[in-house]
Amino acid sequence: VSTGRVGCARESAAPVLFLAAGVALLAGGCSGESSIVSPKGPAARSVAGIWWPMLAVATAVFVFVTGMLLLAAARGRRRTEEQARTPALWGEPFIVIAGVLISGAILVGFFVFSLGRMQALADGGRKTKLTVSVIGHDWWWEVRYPNGAVSANEIHIPAGVKVQLALSTDDVIHSFWVPTLGPKTDMIPGQHNTMWLQASEPGVYRGQCAEFCGLQHANMIIRVVADAPADFDRWVAAQAEPAGPSDEVGRRIFETQTCAGCHRVRGTAAQGAVGPDLTHFAGRATLGAGVLPTSPDNLRRWIADPQGVKPGATMPPTTLSADQLNALVAYLEGLR
Amino acid sequence: MTTLAPDIEHLEEQWHEPPGLGSFLTTVDHKRIGKRYLYTGLLFLVVGGVESLVMRVQLAHSNLHVLDPETYNQLFSMHGVTMMFLFATPVLSGFGNYLVPLMIGARDMAFPRLNAFGYWVFLGAGVFFHSSFLVHRLPDAGWFNYTPLSDSVYSAGPNIDFYALGLIFVGISTTAGSINFIVTILKTRAPGMSLDRMPIFVWGELAMALTVVFALPALTLANVMLELERRAGFHFFAPASGGQPLLWQHLFWIFGHPEVYLVVLPALGIASAIIPTMCRRPMIGYTYIVLAEMAIALLGFGVWVHHMFATGLPTIGLSFISLTSFLIVIPSGVQIFAWLATMWAGKPVLRTPMLFILGFIVLFVIGGLSGPMLAAVPLDQQVTDTYFVVAHFHYVLVGGAMFPIFAGIYFWAPKMTGRLLHEGWGKVSFWLMFIGFNALFFPMHILGLRGQPRRTYTYQAGLGWDFLNLLETIGAFILALGILITFVNWIWSTKRGQPAGHDPWGGDTLEWATTSPPAEYNFEAIPTVRSREPMWDQPELGPHGQPVEAGGRGLGGGHNTLCTSLLEAEPEVVVPMPHESPWPLLLTIALGGIFLGLLIRSWLFWTVAAIAAVVSVAGWFWPRGETQET
Repeated sequence: VSTGRVGCARESAAPVLFLAAGVALLAGGCSGESSIVSPKGPAARSVAGIWWPMLAVATAVFVFVTGMLLLAAARGRRRTEEQARTPALWGEPFIVIAGVLISGAILVGFFVFSLGRMQALADGGRKTKLTVSVIGHDWWWEVRYPNGAVSANEIHIPAGVKVQLALSTDDVIHSFWVPTLGPKTDMIPGQHNTMWLQASEPGVYRGQCAEFCGLQHANMIIRVVADAPADFDRWVAAQAEPAGPSDEVGRRIFETQTCAGCHRVRGTAAQGAVGPDLTHFAGRATLGAGVLPTSPDNLRRWIADPQGVKPGATMPPTTLSADQLNALVAYLEGLR
Repeated sequence: MTTLAPDIEHLEEQWHEPPGLGSFLTTVDHKRIGKRYLYTGLLFLVVGGVESLVMRVQLAHSNLHVLDPETYNQLFSMHGVTMMFLFATPVLSGFGNYLVPLMIGARDMAFPRLNAFGYWVFLGAGVFFHSSFLVHRLPDAGWFNYTPLSDSVYSAGPNIDFYALGLIFVGISTTAGSINFIVTILKTRAPGMSLDRMPIFVWGELAMALTVVFALPALTLANVMLELERRAGFHFFAPASGGQPLLWQHLFWIFGHPEVYLVVLPALGIASAIIPTMCRRPMIGYTYIVLAEMAIALLGFGVWVHHMFATGLPTIGLSFISLTSFLIVIPSGVQIFAWLATMWAGKPVLRTPMLFILGFIVLFVIGGLSGPMLAAVPLDQQVTDTYFVVAHFHYVLVGGAMFPIFAGIYFWAPKMTGRLLHEGWGKVSFWLMFIGFNALFFPMHILGLRGQPRRTYTYQAGLGWDFLNLLETIGAFILALGILITFVNWIWSTKRGQPAGHDPWGGDTLEWATTSPPAEYNFEAIPTVRSREPMWDQPELGPHGQPVEAGGRGLGGGHNTLCTSLLEAEPEVVVPMPHESPWPLLLTIALGGIFLGLLIRSWLFWTVAAIAAVVSVAGWFWPRGETQET
């Protein structure tokens, strides 16, 4: 299982102080793997197509205004008080032409342009074959497929295919956002929001909750895994199955200790419905909604002291012996 | 002048407030109150600034543990509340309080006791908010305080009660102050100062006051509803009982976006006051600037949904708000081009106030250029709730309001203290602030594009966010140092600065036709205005206003000011002005008791306080055999 590298390919070293330098940096290509200007799907590509022309025009306006400002300051040194007092008949026409007519034309132009893209993005979700439910929780993501498969903090989708997301929340407002794939949509209690998601190529795309949702808003990370369509079909079929055989001692600990009060492992006595469904836990790359990569050591740390790893998380600490903890970890690692 | 002497003596005697604690607590002098707003507001700038520095330390690198998540959430919530309600709005009210009567040739604000009341309530609300520090229960759901995160299910402690009650409390101050501004500006201008001769700064304060009167009720209403839901079992926002979380967002932003403009409008007014003086010529495009200010105030009520583009509203609704959000850039642009034209046609003198104005224009343009990007619906849906938005509104609010405020300090503090601030240190302060500001906020654009969400107490390593975040933290400390230098400069200059004289900059408006600092009665005689730039076109105006021989109105040397007609400022009636009064402070204390009683849920406590409030109001309006206030 890939842990999904989510870093910037090249760390920028240029100190960025002014707009020009910023533009150079953006255009330079190092925009990070979760950058909206490195689109990996058609929706994000459409939005990046609004960003670049707006940036170009904004840069031109900035150069014009600051240029005029600096020139005015510089030539002021040579001017006399009398010159300063002479009427400037060009002044008001300049204000109307630059401030109202040209600015207005540019702004209305961008309005119409962005409106077209807004409508295209909204219409894009009309014909989708697959709908996945994503439910926000404090502070993790539940993902449900039509065939009964349930996952958490990872959405598998077939690459190159539009997938409809039905977004809802179990508690407060969250917002689903994977920058490289497209715009975000809020998950609002009592409201059914939808959006569509499409990754052009197989890969792992990082996202995280974008609406402030309390203590662990910072650690509510989602990974979208785009598989080749055939791989996706196999994955989603396997995920709908009950849990396979795993460490038996660990299973009994899971079922008899506090774990089962909150977590479900389909096909066992553990039927909790508060925390993530762990039926196929071992296939997931991260723990605690992205707070740690999955590994036996991290799993031990997480189970023993979740509040140390993710202060405020709903999961309580456990008081298991070292042997019990090892068996439990072996069990979870076996839930393929 | 000798013939005037008895009148002036009479004026001195009538208007003099004796030094000492008694007059400190009962003063109604708009200049003393204005300075209090300024000093208290700047104190809250320090508080909000320290909060942001602590947050910047936490964010200097990935996975730091300087702050726990709860403390971070409290700090960013209080930072927003403090900067908007306790720094920016009061400081701009402070400039307005001090300057508006001087600029329009009046002897005080129209309602001096209401003015004192506004300040005391602001101070009381500031203390109320910050008393949450004592019990470690600061508001922690952001200044936007979305439900259901802020309802009693997800936030059971008193944190949100401090927020909701505090905002209702401070809203009383802002509303009282705004009504006072509106009446003062429309009814007490010097004779001859028709609306088209009114200084643009005064237009800015008027636009702010009108915006407050129409926008603030939405916030107060929202907070009353929230408190009813939290404490009395009402159901407005919680969906489980048929409420609608988006209702809060609508109410909050119907107030919240005009709030941004009510901070920016008077700040643009400061720029429009300083630019003609420092460019040695009348402003080009006065009418366009005034129309633009009013257009912003009006259009500002039609853009609130652009804070909600990602909430799943129908696209048809989004398209209307997208259009208004694009269009509101035009009046801002008009003002910038008017300033550019004035600078180009004039002779810019690069003293410290002008330097801050130049810096302001550069920053405000950058903020204005990222504005339309957020009006474009799909682009907004990508960058909203990221650091891109944090960058945008800090360019608009810190660049667009704090830089003019600092320009205003260098420009007008000499009027208040009689001494100029140090020019060299002023320039050092400006450059540190300008460089620090850009190092702090420019990289946030890039981090937002790279996917860093706002309101997060930490971030993971390996995302390409570390370097720019470190740069921002360094920038924050440079900015803070620049601000500190101006404060030290100001304090130093009050004793040791160069004497300013009555008109150190060769200004165009009436505040320069008074001594520095002005006498308690402002003008010995109310001047008659015949020009938009009276100080430049009316040679009879001097440090004592317009002498009676030259057409000034002494009003018999009494404790009164002149009421004039709304459009043309023709004299209507001489209005007696109230003297010092203890009731504004006593009423504030009683109101504070009511809010404290509500907070600690003590029925007895708030009933007693409510009775005290009624007694205070009765005392305020008790007939005393002389007309106290019209």
